[in-house]
Amino acid sequence: MIQIRWHGRGGQGAITAAKIFATAAFKSGYAGVVMAPTFGTERRGAPVFTSLKLSEEKIYDISPIETPDVVVVLDHLILTEVDVAAGLKPGGLVVLNTPKPLSAHDFGGARLAAADVTALSVEAGLPQGRVNSGIIGVLCRAFDAVPFDLVLAEIEAEFKTKKPQANVQAAKLAYEKTIVRGA
Amino acid sequence: MHIIEDGNVAAAMGVKLAGAQVIAAYPITPQTPLTEKLSEFVESGELRAQYIPVESEHSALAACIAAGSAGARAFTATSANGLLYMHEQIQWAAGARLPIVMCVVNRAVGAPWCIWNDHQDSISQRDTGWIQMYACDHQQIIDGVLKAFALAEAVSIPVMVCYDGYLLSHTYMPFEVPEEEKVARFLPPFEPSYALDPESPANLNTVTLPDVRMDVTGEMAHGYMEIRYLLQEDLRAALEVAQEIEDRFKEVFGRGGDALLEPYRCDDAEHIVVGLGSLTYQLRDVVEILRNEGHRVGVLGVRLYRPFPDEALAAALQHAAGVIVIEKAVSYGYEGALCSDLKAALLAHRTDGGRPPAVKGMIAGIGGRDIRTADLTDALRAHITGTPVEGPGWIGLKLYDSFQDEAPPQGTSRASARGRGRERE
Repeated sequence: MIQIRWHGRGGQGAITAAKIFATAAFKSGYAGVVMAPTFGTERRGAPVFTSLKLSEEKIYDISPIETPDVVVVLDHLILTEVDVAAGLKPGGLVVLNTPKPLSAHDFGGARLAAADVTALSVEAGLPQGRVNSGIIGVLCRAFDAVPFDLVLAEIEAEFKTKKPQANVQAAKLAYEKTIVRGA
Repeated sequence: MHIIEDGNVAAAMGVKLAGAQVIAAYPITPQTPLTEKLSEFVESGELRAQYIPVESEHSALAACIAAGSAGARAFTATSANGLLYMHEQIQWAAGARLPIVMCVVNRAVGAPWCIWNDHQDSISQRDTGWIQMYACDHQQIIDGVLKAFALAEAVSIPVMVCYDGYLLSHTYMPFEVPEEEKVARFLPPFEPSYALDPESPANLNTVTLPDVRMDVTGEMAHGYMEIRYLLQEDLRAALEVAQEIEDRFKEVFGRGGDALLEPYRCDDAEHIVVGLGSLTYQLRDVVEILRNEGHRVGVLGVRLYRPFPDEALAAALQHAAGVIVIEKAVSYGYEGALCSDLKAALLAHRTDGGRPPAVKGMIAGIGGRDIRTADLTDALRAHITGTPVEGPGWIGLKLYDSFQDEAPPQGTSRASARGRGRERE
């Protein structure tokens, strides 16, 4: 079972990002997909998180994940408010949108994959602050669980009325510019 | 076709496929996005239905009662205190024998306010004469809505499709969308046995005397007691009808199979855990963990809670040494309602000379308290190995001992403050 926790702010699109990745994962052959958003406390701007479980088999346990393999962080400013690495498995992966160099971030022994998704998304033609397609590019670069072309197709489908090509471009740019630290 | 969506969308798609003709709903908390989705379907023309946004849940069901009386396929949805506010009309819909379908997105009831999941809302409507189905995943939600209309219309009794708030309603998972042409085969348009007709006016459900008497046409007519007896008898017979409909569904769609109970690894189980809803799917993982430790455990999900499948349940449990019922609701002042119902069924249907299995009731997940798989495993392991456990058997309870050393807060009597865990000292 693969467990991915997505951290963002209410309204930032973490749920949509997780749903895009989940749908691509399902289409690539994971029969078990369960995505559970933070329950009941969604407010625009407040830190929220979403649990995603992937498995070859149907998943029966829909309780929230406690020991993620990967945490995806849509906004580096959340790091001062939330311990995003809580419960992260040894050797786990942090996927981070940050304008800072990798050396500015320390998550103990965890691997770190980062890109300035905010800037790259604007470069791709998206409005300021739309980072949820770009962050998937960073994830795919460092975490080889779902074929990137399937994910791109899903991004295009999800945003079919909202600049699909710019969203795809943001994911591609972020994929290319991602820097990974750790084994 | 498989899609990944949340449980509310699964329910709304089921209602759309069923071709509901009237949808009445109160749109404010504790309502869920299910009715929002339905209003989108109606607005876009994908669902040709009258959508009536009303000013309260009481009115929502009243509108459905009117629609059902006029021969329309009617649907509503609510949760928690919204369901409680419907209570009078819930009884009425059952007495009037209207095949309304309602999704109950299970949430805790106030006070104090709590929007998270437990089963207190629907369990508190247990005795109203409605059929209650409980879903464990999104497939059972979307399929369940179709089966609910089929069952309601077959027996002229309204049906609640209950599914866990947030845990299912707001969680995304894949499910197969039933094909329209198969739905048309499984669920033909509603043909009411009686419908209001302006050309032929009638009084419905007027004051009915204690005894039988002649009606306006000179025929002997049932009194209140006969009408209510027939509701009870038809509900009992609905156990069989529900299974027939399940069989027909399986024939058409190739999935499903058991309308009443859903057993998992129960055949050789010494201990069987019984529950309702998504918890029973989570318990499958617990069963695997405990079996790996050498404990022969199974889990039995109750899919249909009313009418109560007492005979099937007793038959499924009679070989077990112990039964553990884990519930998200309490009949306050006694125990979980399912636990009481189950014990009565075991006594009523025990085989000659046989001793019914020992039954232990546990409570979990009240007000959305996380039900951790590890906690479930620990609680069940302790019970089946006979390890003494401190505390009242509410899994995940976190009572603070310091509370009893302090003066009770204003408005709290000393007695009720003392009630919190004093006996644990």
